[in-house]
Amino acid sequence: MAKKLMKGNEAIGEAAICAGTLHYFAYPITPQSEVAEYLCWRLPEVGGVFVQAESEVAVGNMLFGAASTGKRVFTTSSSPGISLMQEAISYIAGAHLPVVFVNIVRGGPGLGGILPAQSDYFQATKGGGHGDYHLIVLAPASVQEAVDLVILAFDLADKYRGPVMVMGDGMIGQMMESVEFPSKHREPNDPDKSDWALNGAKDRKPRIVKSLFLDPKALEDNSFLLEKKYEEVKASEIRYELYKVRDDNRLLIVAYGTMARICQTAIDELEKEGIIVGLFRPITLAPFPEKEIFREATKDNIEVVLDIEMSTGQMIDDVERCLKGQREAVFFGHTGGIVPTPNEVIEQVRRQLEKKK
Amino acid sequence: MATSAQTVFKRPESLTEAQTHYCPGCTHGIIHRLVAESLDELNLRGRAVGVAPVGCSVLIYNYFNVDFMEAPHGRAPALATGFKRARPDMIVFTYQGDGDLASIGMGEIVHAANRGEKFTTIFVNNAIYGMTGGQMAPTTMPQQKTTTTPAGRDVSLAGYPVRMAELLSSLKTPSFVARAAVHTPMHIVSAKRIIKRAFQLQKEARCFTLVEVLSTCPTNWGISPTEATKWVGSDMKPYYPLGIFKDPDRENE
Repeated sequence: MAKKLMKGNEAIGEAAICAGTLHYFAYPITPQSEVAEYLCWRLPEVGGVFVQAESEVAVGNMLFGAASTGKRVFTTSSSPGISLMQEAISYIAGAHLPVVFVNIVRGGPGLGGILPAQSDYFQATKGGGHGDYHLIVLAPASVQEAVDLVILAFDLADKYRGPVMVMGDGMIGQMMESVEFPSKHREPNDPDKSDWALNGAKDRKPRIVKSLFLDPKALEDNSFLLEKKYEEVKASEIRYELYKVRDDNRLLIVAYGTMARICQTAIDELEKEGIIVGLFRPITLAPFPEKEIFREATKDNIEVVLDIEMSTGQMIDDVERCLKGQREAVFFGHTGGIVPTPNEVIEQVRRQLEKKK
Repeated sequence: MATSAQTVFKRPESLTEAQTHYCPGCTHGIIHRLVAESLDELNLRGRAVGVAPVGCSVLIYNYFNVDFMEAPHGRAPALATGFKRARPDMIVFTYQGDGDLASIGMGEIVHAANRGEKFTTIFVNNAIYGMTGGQMAPTTMPQQKTTTTPAGRDVSLAGYPVRMAELLSSLKTPSFVARAAVHTPMHIVSAKRIIKRAFQLQKEARCFTLVEVLSTCPTNWGISPTEATKWVGSDMKPYYPLGIFKDPDRENE
């Protein structure tokens, strides 16, 4: 398929269709309302259904119901809306249902702002809803990667039968870039081939999709089953990207999403001055590339790790955890919709290298 | 004349053999049976999917021989919407109590009804929170004593009981909305007719359908089962009149 110039939000909608998804439920919220404005006409063209729900609480629960059919279903929203979906996310995880959530993050807490931020990291990677469960969280750094990761998210949701979140930010949703879609759409899931989906207890025993286990042993078993699946995800689905990681790097930047791209620009500028800095970009924020960051950050040549985020410092907790005290991790960031500039990143790199002289 | 044994009454195929956990004198069991008979008689069991609420009937899936989902508190109409939109060929019903539907789930039921979602809601109104131990519900009667209104419901502070059937029938979108009761055999026969009609309308993909059923809670009302059925007739029925409030065949009346 030829490359197209497309806005991130619309590309995300088209990517879901490529993944064989025909059911989308959403509630408008800036900065991602274009997904619904795109899919409201695009889905019917391919025989799909869009429902504009009365609230994000309802969206989450419509997804719960629709996912119980075994078909691919998803929503898109932004931070305050995702907060309202946490109830359903917890139930969906507990009931082992495949659902894709796209969060085009804006500044918080509260109503916050409408500009890009990465301040939902804790909510996405550490829970958000109640109970023992994990989301798989994927963080794209370009419109093309948003497309690729949305398609991957559906595959992972089906493979591990659980909720998956694609976490972009307002920049990913709003910017236009050239993008290429797979030439062949996935076939929609056939619910009648499922061994768990609800399609009527005609010639079999009834199936129950539920998260209530009054017997503590049964509940513990379900929670450890969720944990076991997450361990499998950890073993096979970790994704990350290295940029200009070399054995003469003195400093390693860790950044994801839009922030990682800005860091790449800064790294290119620094290279012109002969300062070679490496970038570690986690693509799976959950599970976090723990071993890989430890491996890269504790190489003999690395003196300091610089964690840069569009938040007050959330991922740094994970980065520090991975370093096991063997390297110092320093945080730099802006939040509330202020995006750190390449020049600010360059200045931070210089300052840290100066300190280590 | 030779006679042979003929079955005139049996457990509906849509029910399992499990004994319910409901308290003595509770009418959930009767309402379950009416739903199950309707599914059987309309030949819908094999493509039926129920949505369980949070409340006394959360374990309803143990008693029905059909597929089931278990919703978060009040959200059953949202689950039913999602399922039915993805599988319009299936027969979907929610079974919800008054706390579930008229309190925490008020938004979901109103909007599902207003969109005209083509599923059926069985709304069991027993004027109290049963499972949590007898607290005030939005449908608790004025002056009715509950564990959170020990001096009786004070309408100057808690407002009057919500009449869901009337509220939902005020929506312009065509639907079937009715209220029935099951406190006497005569009322049970009538409730059955109404519930079956709701499923028939869903079978024909006509409209949203909701049947409110006045039910008993002797345990939390603090009276005997016999007194409880009497109280439905003497105290609830005058405030919650029975009948069909909205019918797609009578839109222009």
